[in-house]
Parts: sequence; structure tokens; C-alpha cells
Amino acid sequence: MNVIDTIEREQVRDDHPAFKPGDTIKVHVKIREGDKQRIQVFEGVCIARKHGGVRETFTVRKISFGHGVERVFPLHSKVIDRIELVRRGRVRRGKLYYVRALRGKAARIKELKR
Amino acid sequence: MIDGLLGKKLGMTQVLTDDGLSVPVTVIQAGPCVIVQRKTVEKDGYDAVQLGFVEFVKGKNVTRPMAGHFKKAGAAPVRFLREVRLTGEDGDDAARAGDRVQVDIFKNDERVRITGTSKGRGYAGVIKRHGFRGGRATHGSMFHRAPGAIGQSASPSRVLKGTRMPGQLGNARATARGIAVHGIDEEKNLLFVRGAVPGPTGGYVVIRKG
Repeated sequence: MNVIDTIEREQVRDDHPAFKPGDTIKVHVKIREGDKQRIQVFEGVCIARKHGGVRETFTVRKISFGHGVERVFPLHSKVIDRIELVRRGRVRRGKLYYVRALRGKAARIKELKR
Repeated sequence: MIDGLLGKKLGMTQVLTDDGLSVPVTVIQAGPCVIVQRKTVEKDGYDAVQLGFVEFVKGKNVTRPMAGHFKKAGAAPVRFLREVRLTGEDGDDAARAGDRVQVDIFKNDERVRITGTSKGRGYAGVIKRHGFRGGRATHGSMFHRAPGAIGQSASPSRVLKGTRMPGQLGNARATARGIAVHGIDEEKNLLFVRGAVPGPTGGYVVIRKG
């Protein structure tokens, strides 16, 4: 196999739960303050997953004190301690950028029932 | 001391660090190399080794004179040969023809200079080749990508030497200096360096310390 592909494949993490855009997730982020390290949780709706392989990223959106906040995380980065799947959402798009224009009741995402 | 190695550019990718950074790296198949010829002060006027990048070459692609040259060193024929100067004052035993040189001569975070043949861009205009700004595209400017004035009139009445004009760009020897080594893989003879390296994927490069 191609050497570059091998190097990239080795860095891919397989310890994350399967999640899709529309799902509500908790991202446990490692934060370094000087030489101390702590973990902060960022909880919100995943509105996009982009790119592939080691370059894959996902965007999490939440409303914090009335303001929409979005963070983009590299999926395979070691900054992420772990990801928790809170709730599955029923959506019909791969990218939920339309929720940025919605607020309140309209921005709700229905839960996926199996 | 042998302060250089030959390699082949395998391409670029990114490496994720424990701090969560993503570092752009160029992966180079660095060696193994064989010493094909030893040059000495007595015989050649300077101290150097001729390295060969070990790679399989079909017998029919090796000319008779070259085959003899490889036979003398007891080495298998190679495609890519380059000389690297010797530093320090080791004895003659430090490097002998037939010896192998591997990636382990490099350390992490060490600075190297990498020489390759840059990608050929053909006969390029002055904007691509020298970064000229060019003129306005619209509003009847009639001056788009042309070089503009190339000198004065009566005095000196000629174009000065070295005036930047269109011509061949790339496909020339290029050296990137101060490139940092990100890591080595001794098992697979791979060298990871931060940033870009001259030349296309699959191009041969010379890696030297300093």
C-alpha cells in the first residue's frame, strides 16, 4: 500500500461512537493551562462532518447565553478526550447550516426513533 | 562524518501531535544509500563520498562503463548518484566504498537543507516568474500581463543585463534551507520533514545537514 496512506491510516482513531449531523453530542476537550491539564465539555448539535481520513472534522453548534457558538474539531485530534452521543436527531440533510438562521422552537431537531 | 543522504520524495501529508496540532510534513524515502566511490585529498583534491540511492535497476538499463563503476565498489547498480562532502577529520576508515548510510544520521528537530529539481513550469511570463503585478483587466487598459518598460532610451540605449523577463521557470536545481526534521522511521527508512520540499512526488532529492 502507498506509504502516505499507511501513515494517515495509522493516525485515524476508531474509539469514537458513530454519530451523524443532527445528533446531539458531548465533546470532552483537553485544555492545557500552563503545565496543568483539564477537561472541558462542549455539548451541542453536530451540524456537519467534513473531509475524510485523518483530515475529517466536525462542527458542533450550541446556544450559549443567547448567542450561537460553533466549534470545529478535527475528529482524530488528540485534543479530544472522548465523544459522548447524547441524542440521535432525525434530519434529512448532510449539512445543517440552515439551523443558523433559525432560533428558538424552529431550531429544534426531532429525535430519531427506532 | 557523512552529513548527507539521498532520497525520493513520496509526497505530503499531515501528522497529528499530542498537543493537538496538525503538522504539515513531507515524507521522503531517505536511503538506504551505498558509498559507490570514495574521493580523497591525495587522489581527487578533496574529501567526499559518492552516494547511491539504493533502488532496483534492470540490468539492461545500466551502461557498461557504469556497471564497471558499481562493480569496483561491490555495490548493486543504482539510478541516482550524488557526491556529499565529508566533514571532520576521521581517518580513511570512516567511510569506505560499499558501506551503507541510513536515515539514523538525522535527529529530530535538526535543521537540514534539501536540494531537488523544482517542478517545471515551462516558458513563463513575468507575472508568474517574477511576481510582477500586471495591469488592469478591464476598462480598455490594453495592458494586461506584459512586462512593461525594460529600460531607458538614448542612455543607456540598451537593456541592462539581468533585467527580469519571461523565460523558463522551474525544472532547475532548487534548495530549501532550514527545513526541520519532524521524525524518522529507521525501519522503513523514512524521513519526515516539516513543510514543503522542491520537486514533484517521486523526484530525487539530496538531504544535507546545516
